[in-house]
Amino acid sequence: MKRIVWIMGAATATLMVLAAQQHDFSGLIKVDAQLPALAVPDLRGDAGAQAFMAAFNQTLWSDLQGAGIFNLVPRSHYPSTVPQQLADFKVPPPVENKPLRRGQAPPPPPTGGGLWLSDWLNPPTQANYVTVGYAAVQNNLFVLRGWLVDLSIPNPVNAGALAKTYIESLDEAGARKTAHEFATDILERFGAKSLFGSHIYFVRRAGSLKTPVAEIWVMDPDGKNQKQITRFNALSDFPSVSPDGDKIAFTSWVRGNPGIFVFSVDPVRDLRFYNQRGASVTATPSFTPDGKQIVFMSSSAGCCRIFIANLDGSNLRSISSSSSIDAEPKVNPKTGSEVAFASGRSGPQQIYRMNIDGTDVERLTDGTGEASNPSWHPGGQFLAYAWTRGFMTGAFNIFVMNVARRDYQQLTHGEGKNENPSWAPDGKHIVFMSTRTGSSQIWSMLADGTELQQLTTQGSNLHPVWGK
Amino acid sequence: MFSKRKITVVCLAVSIALFAEGCKKKVPAPPPPPPAPVPAAPAPAPRAPVVGQFSAEPSTIQRGQSATLRWEISGEVTSVAIDQSVGTVRSTGSQQITPASSTTYTLTATGPGGSITSAATVTVVTPPPPAPPPPTPPSASPATVEQRLGSDVQDAFFEYDKSELNSEAREALTRDATALKAILSEFPNAILMIEGHCDERGSAEYNLGLGDRRASSAKEFLVSLGVSGDRLKTISYGKERPQCTESTEACWQKNRRAHFSPGQ
Repeated sequence: MKRIVWIMGAATATLMVLAAQQHDFSGLIKVDAQLPALAVPDLRGDAGAQAFMAAFNQTLWSDLQGAGIFNLVPRSHYPSTVPQQLADFKVPPPVENKPLRRGQAPPPPPTGGGLWLSDWLNPPTQANYVTVGYAAVQNNLFVLRGWLVDLSIPNPVNAGALAKTYIESLDEAGARKTAHEFATDILERFGAKSLFGSHIYFVRRAGSLKTPVAEIWVMDPDGKNQKQITRFNALSDFPSVSPDGDKIAFTSWVRGNPGIFVFSVDPVRDLRFYNQRGASVTATPSFTPDGKQIVFMSSSAGCCRIFIANLDGSNLRSISSSSSIDAEPKVNPKTGSEVAFASGRSGPQQIYRMNIDGTDVERLTDGTGEASNPSWHPGGQFLAYAWTRGFMTGAFNIFVMNVARRDYQQLTHGEGKNENPSWAPDGKHIVFMSTRTGSSQIWSMLADGTELQQLTTQGSNLHPVWGK
Repeated sequence: MFSKRKITVVCLAVSIALFAEGCKKKVPAPPPPPPAPVPAAPAPAPRAPVVGQFSAEPSTIQRGQSATLRWEISGEVTSVAIDQSVGTVRSTGSQQITPASSTTYTLTATGPGGSITSAATVTVVTPPPPAPPPPTPPSASPATVEQRLGSDVQDAFFEYDKSELNSEAREALTRDATALKAILSEFPNAILMIEGHCDERGSAEYNLGLGDRRASSAKEFLVSLGVSGDRLKTISYGKERPQCTESTEACWQKNRRAHFSPGQ
């Protein structure tokens, strides 16, 4: 009897340990299925603004949907009439309670066809909130008047959770910008940060097989506003962005051997990083959280060790000292005191971490497959990375690891190759490269693998990095 | 002692026996034997094989070209052979030959009736010498370093995720060493680049290191063979400059290489 109790106790303890070790990605992925339901009907514009409303409506929907904090109600469930302003909502007349005769079916619930708040609150829409508004041209500018209506409040006069006017240029870019701004304010009402205003730097490859060209580009988080940064007409790759978003560092072959460049982005200017003379490789730079130094891989009696230096290349010193390939170091943005990197020191490349002084090196991935491209979550608790675990050599997928617990979640599942993950500043989105369409393109997703969006379609694009 | 009767019986028996003997000698002669069979016509003497054809076509060739021997033997044949190393052949056939000089082929056909020979001659003429190349004016530009590297120097190939030289890579680089020394002495100011490349599978970042190690391995080996290390530089292209893009082992192997190019 004693023995049975002992065994049961041991089993219970084991189960509790296992339960505690269950994937703990809280704060990272919204597991709560009860998201607020949001109705986002198409807004209309006056004669001058209507031409840009398709871009506006598409952008607003995409921003709200991609945020991952709402359940967007499908448009087919909406009432036939969409109010254009808060004042269009009417208070339903008082219900006459006629006594029902025997056998008589109860009358259908009265509706306002869309003009009553209850029309949006009740089935089939069943929304908690609805966005309304309209656009018009004023002084040759695109002006949007927008409301977020809280359907839980009975009187429409008090239901405006947000009422604001947005003014931008009278073109498609202006219409998109007002949509981003409107979405930003709505997200803020729910405590979420909009990614509008952040930037994704990436590499676009062109040229021929014999003389390939790769340049650094930048775009908005929705893939719009793509702009070329470097014009070396050479191979430039592996961009990273400074914590304040003002600078990028990257690798270029423009002067022969791969070397590091540090650029300001607005205006685009070479800030002159002096590469170590005689090093055949100096590459894959990334910034420390204070933005004052960069860590990178460089050859020193063989390629490569992890080095740290000031932004101009001075005060150079090596951190790691293995005789194998150490690559792509990333400093924990929260602590500033540890470095994640990829290394071949135990065989096929794996993800490691060490203190920034090079001590306490530990392997984070379990040694299976090949692992690369570590990217720290802004909170410093998680790493996104690419791993071939469970797939053929070279067939990478995106994973997220809780660094303290070493448990991980797989976010992509063999839809082409998926590499180069980089966290968005909101800590909820990941941008990455995928070949799932047959060519190398840039995609974003929520950190649970949902809300996939393709951001580039033209040419061959890779190595995205998400900055402010 | 003996009774008269017994003597009589004996005498009688003896006389009968004698009589009988005399009678036997007098039986008639047996019938004559059947006539001897008519002897068969004597077998004709075996014929010697007949050579229907033995020829060489064409009978005149230029050195290095081929002619065809054809033969057709009729009659009783037990063996057919052609000399000049052609050997035993069937009674009808053809054979391609490439004599280095004019040759007479003798065919010998042997049968019960004797053997017969026949000869065919292939005349080999020496081709006229090719036209000499146009003379290069002494001031004409010599081959560039790039052209020389392209024609005289081979890539060394590597295994996946490896920068060590296997025996094939060593062989290739050993041949390259001779050519590289010649090129470096011909172009005393030239610097040569050893490019390290990788296939598309590993991460681009890690492959920067792997490409660098491949180029360094090749350089070290060449220096050990006496190529001047001061004039060999290395550069890693990782997987940034593949020479093919198919996702096949053949293409991956082509891209895992150390390649030579003129230095800047």
